[in-house]
Amino acid sequence: MSIDTPPPGGTVIDQTVTDEAPRQRRRFGVAVWVSGAWLVLLSFGALLAPWLPLADPDDTRAGVPLSIPTAGNWLGTDSLGRDLLSRTLYGARISIVVGVAAVLVSAVVGGAIGLVAGYFKRRVETVTLFGADVLMAFPTLLLAASIVTFTNSRGLVTVVGVIALIYLGPTIRIVRALTLSIANREFVTASRSLGARNGRILRREILPHVVPTLMSAMVVAVAGAVVAEGGLAFLNLSVAPPTPTWGAMIAAGKPKIDESLYPVLAPGFALFMTVLSLTLIGDALQRRQGRGLDVL
Amino acid sequence: MTSLVTRLARLLAVVLAVTFASYSMVSLLPGDVVVAVLGETSTEADRQAAREELNLDDPLPVRYVQWLGDALSGDLGQSYRTGQPVSEAIGQRLGVTLELVLLSQIFALLLAIPMAVFGALKPGSFVDKALSGVQLAFLATPGYLVAVVLMAVFAVKLGWFDTTGLVRFTESPFGNIKSLLLPSLALGLEQVAVYARVLRTDLVTTFDQDFIWYARAKGNSTSRIVLHHALRPSSIGLVTITGISIGRLIGGTVLVESIFALPGLGRYTIDAINNRDFIAVQGAVVVLTVGFVLVNFLVDVLHGAIDPRIRVRTGL
Repeated sequence: MSIDTPPPGGTVIDQTVTDEAPRQRRRFGVAVWVSGAWLVLLSFGALLAPWLPLADPDDTRAGVPLSIPTAGNWLGTDSLGRDLLSRTLYGARISIVVGVAAVLVSAVVGGAIGLVAGYFKRRVETVTLFGADVLMAFPTLLLAASIVTFTNSRGLVTVVGVIALIYLGPTIRIVRALTLSIANREFVTASRSLGARNGRILRREILPHVVPTLMSAMVVAVAGAVVAEGGLAFLNLSVAPPTPTWGAMIAAGKPKIDESLYPVLAPGFALFMTVLSLTLIGDALQRRQGRGLDVL
Repeated sequence: MTSLVTRLARLLAVVLAVTFASYSMVSLLPGDVVVAVLGETSTEADRQAAREELNLDDPLPVRYVQWLGDALSGDLGQSYRTGQPVSEAIGQRLGVTLELVLLSQIFALLLAIPMAVFGALKPGSFVDKALSGVQLAFLATPGYLVAVVLMAVFAVKLGWFDTTGLVRFTESPFGNIKSLLLPSLALGLEQVAVYARVLRTDLVTTFDQDFIWYARAKGNSTSRIVLHHALRPSSIGLVTITGISIGRLIGGTVLVESIFALPGLGRYTIDAINNRDFIAVQGAVVVLTVGFVLVNFLVDVLHGAIDPRIRVRTGL
């Protein structure tokens, strides 16, 4: 197993798995399949929520307040008598959309910047890495909270934007490191000696090698973005109520934990399973590519 | 490898950029800065006074340099909401946050190091896999969820802890640690997986090196080999990641501090954000980011202390 990625330096640690990786080359374990099943189930549940035989997520007459799971309310109800299964599924919509969209945005923007930095090196690289360092020095959640509060906007777009911003620095660093390792390979030199211009080399030679690794890092990053959105929502700074979000549901359940833990456990379990699934899948993909868990 | 001088220059540049970014935040606010700072209900006289105090008639770079001079002498301005100097407020709260972070790291390392060692002794074994499963479960549980569940179980159900807030160290050292136990556990668990994985991977590599085989051949016990031979050369990755985590966590205690009603810097900042107390937010963010940059720098320097080979290469 060769380390074809130089350590990117700074704050990203590139762990190369030295043992057990060759054995797990081809097949994914049971855990990965279960994770995939959970994500598919959750996505369908979230997508089809309006057509499923569920109570309205805002209906306060869905059951007795703070009830334990019953035949009518499979996961119980919250302190206002709203159905927790319904709210958890509707909350999944926000988590999934924000998690995926934020990581996609940061991958496209950070990917482009990192690619250029790693390929042209010199001043471009110095300036870019400096910018990434400055960006990563800010406390992530507080930065996101400040932007959401000070711009007075709690829409989906703002939330996606601030979480994408959190992931921008790490993405730039990863892509730049990958680009550096590929830019010196023979096929790139060959392409250049055949007269290919920089734009073509970046698009046709380097990008296809960066994308697979970036994609598996993105799967893990979505897990982090879902947690970050939950944190913002916990502070009541994600998408505005009455739209249910997991973080806001946990926060709302907290004052009543002496009476019922279900309002916390229902979104909490969904959050746990989603983050675990994404981590397991991303990790398996990275192992397949010969890299361990990237520490973002 | 960069030398110490280059690194110091870089540190300085990042600190300048970070403080400038935090400082200009207030100027980038939509609308009139003074109205944003003082609120809609302020009188025109107050606004004029604030305008003069904030030197808003000067261009941004000039104001920044003045502000930086004040900041270097410990003056971060004063909150328009409470009238308290921001540096004083931060000073009162920083200790709580630092104690919380340090305790959480002690927990994380106490759990992660044995996990890593037992996993690395037999890579791929059942124990190794079970441990990495437990670590993944920790990793997948966000701190705020752990915090609420810990609170529900240990404070509310079992009644072992109070959740009424912080007991000061000067009042009762034991009570102080006790009041920070659940919050720091909630904060530390997330790190366990990362620490254990980093150390485990490094240990597996170390265990395969000649000097370990030599120590084994001389008849040293496994525990002696782990403690005296293997841990130190395997700990560089762990030290790096712990250092980075500490820097990051100092700005990441907001949620746990809010949940457990702790008067730390994170809660101060989020309260300031919610109250639109911009001067306070600015000061707190500057302290947190500069702290992060400094901790990272220290980690770099620490590398040399652990591994003399790095010291030689970098000229530290």
